[in-house]
Amino acid sequence: MNKTLLIAAVALVAALIAPVYIYPVLLMTILCFAIFASSFNLLLGYAGLLSFGHAMFFGTSAYITGYILKTTSISLELALLGGMLVSTIMAALVGLLAIRRAGIQFAMITLAFSQFVYFVLLQASFTGGENGMQGIPRNALFGLIDVKDSFHFYYVVLAVSALALFLFYRIVNSPFGEILRAIKDKEPRVESLGMKPEQFKYLAFVLSASLAGLAGALKATVFQFATLTDASWPISGEVILMTLLGGLGTLSGPMFGAAIVVILNDELAGLGEWALIAQGVILLVVIVFFRRGFVGEIAALLAKWKKPAKSEAEVTA
Amino acid sequence: MSEVAAPARAPSAASSADNILVAENISRRFGAFLAVNDVSLSVRRGSIHALIGPNGAGKTTCFNLLTKALPLTSGRISFNGTDISALRSANVARLGLVRSFQISATFPNLTLLENVRVALQATYGKAFHFWRSIAAVKDLNARANELLDQVGLAGSRDLMASDLSYGKKRALEIATTLALEPDLLLLDEPTAGMGHEDIEPITRLIRKVAEGRTVLLVEHNLSVVSTLCDRVTVLQHGQIIADGSYDTVSRDPLVRTAYMGEEDE
Repeated sequence: MNKTLLIAAVALVAALIAPVYIYPVLLMTILCFAIFASSFNLLLGYAGLLSFGHAMFFGTSAYITGYILKTTSISLELALLGGMLVSTIMAALVGLLAIRRAGIQFAMITLAFSQFVYFVLLQASFTGGENGMQGIPRNALFGLIDVKDSFHFYYVVLAVSALALFLFYRIVNSPFGEILRAIKDKEPRVESLGMKPEQFKYLAFVLSASLAGLAGALKATVFQFATLTDASWPISGEVILMTLLGGLGTLSGPMFGAAIVVILNDELAGLGEWALIAQGVILLVVIVFFRRGFVGEIAALLAKWKKPAKSEAEVTA
Repeated sequence: MSEVAAPARAPSAASSADNILVAENISRRFGAFLAVNDVSLSVRRGSIHALIGPNGAGKTTCFNLLTKALPLTSGRISFNGTDISALRSANVARLGLVRSFQISATFPNLTLLENVRVALQATYGKAFHFWRSIAAVKDLNARANELLDQVGLAGSRDLMASDLSYGKKRALEIATTLALEPDLLLLDEPTAGMGHEDIEPITRLIRKVAEGRTVLLVEHNLSVVSTLCDRVTVLQHGQIIADGSYDTVSRDPLVRTAYMGEEDE
């Protein structure tokens, strides 16, 4: 556990100096998607629930936060919370129906809801329809601190991300997280021990949607626009890609996966449609050769390294 | 036949104080197939009771009905005087009727300590605390260690359950089940698939954990049944064909045909 804290501290230091060398908007995009991928990881990697519609929380929150900032003078952090709150409530309702189903049925229900949300956002008057919502202002933080400049805003995004990722870490390593892992391993056994698995899965779903909502809200303030893409199926698919690429069920894997995908999209942007094909090929390679994902494979390699040493120690003992 | 069915039905009329579990005329239908057909069964408090029968007799289905892992098609079950017919298995477990599974039901990707702690968390009241560190439940570690010690696994608490041998997995499962301090323990084929060397320790373990509680087990190994059990109920084709002590039951002609018939196949 101390090792995790050490790695987190090193990462934080690196993140603090990063914008001097790297374009801040790219870094902020990575952070937003690191939160989004972690929220997805909480659901699939720790609770074993595959959602095909996670973009509904991301996108809705982006629009709500944008709307609050455009139409009111409410400070930035409250607008973020507003977006997050709406996606949390949405998950609380969707979850009531979805969580009773497992596997592919759960995935299909989430997909159906997200398509529904997509069309509501397309038709609603406040979203700007196909044009999206443009020119979202970055209202002052706490009503005091000006964050219009992206270099300064980066540190706000970093602080929020650090907090969100800590929350994710806390959930995974909580008494609740332990039960979630048990449910993922063997759900009927958890029931036979006197607990109701669906209640735990429901809470995991709502928590995951909260984090996804925060990611979407942040994204809207970073790019200062929200579009239908944010709530669309490709985003739901991309977060699956990020999670699998980085390593499902590993703490940091999906964060790395998010960084890899965001950087790739950035690098391959010049290729146009070919970018998607390149992405597909990469995913294929990962699924065929690196099943555990980027971080998962490294962890397995390290474990293999350690294990012979350990069993030797046991023999001598 | 009526002669053997009678004693099984009689205890339900007697005072429920001696019987911890009473099933009256329970049935379960899967489509056209009647897996459990009008079974009445009572388990005396403090006994080790076995449910035996040839393959496909409906033992496991019966077990699933008694723990409410499957809903009843008809009939009534009461546990400690409470009607549990309409409850779901999580609630039944909380009343003190806890089961193990035929297929080893450990959590493979959790350590042994975590395996037991999950069960302890069921009644600890912090299972939904997602905002707290796992240290919030470290009070449970002492009890978890005690339980692991009881089944002879204290030395391996930090191993993953998937690393255990088959026999040790069964022991871990028993430790996990005991964490709920059940009044009635249902063990589904505790020695199934076990090597000869593992059977003797697990039998001793069952005898040990049966002290102060009631055990109902499904078991194929008749020598385990004869050494361990006070009472035996025999099922065939979803119906009870005999009920009594091992000696009585093993002399019963119906039981003999049931088992011999199976061997002929």
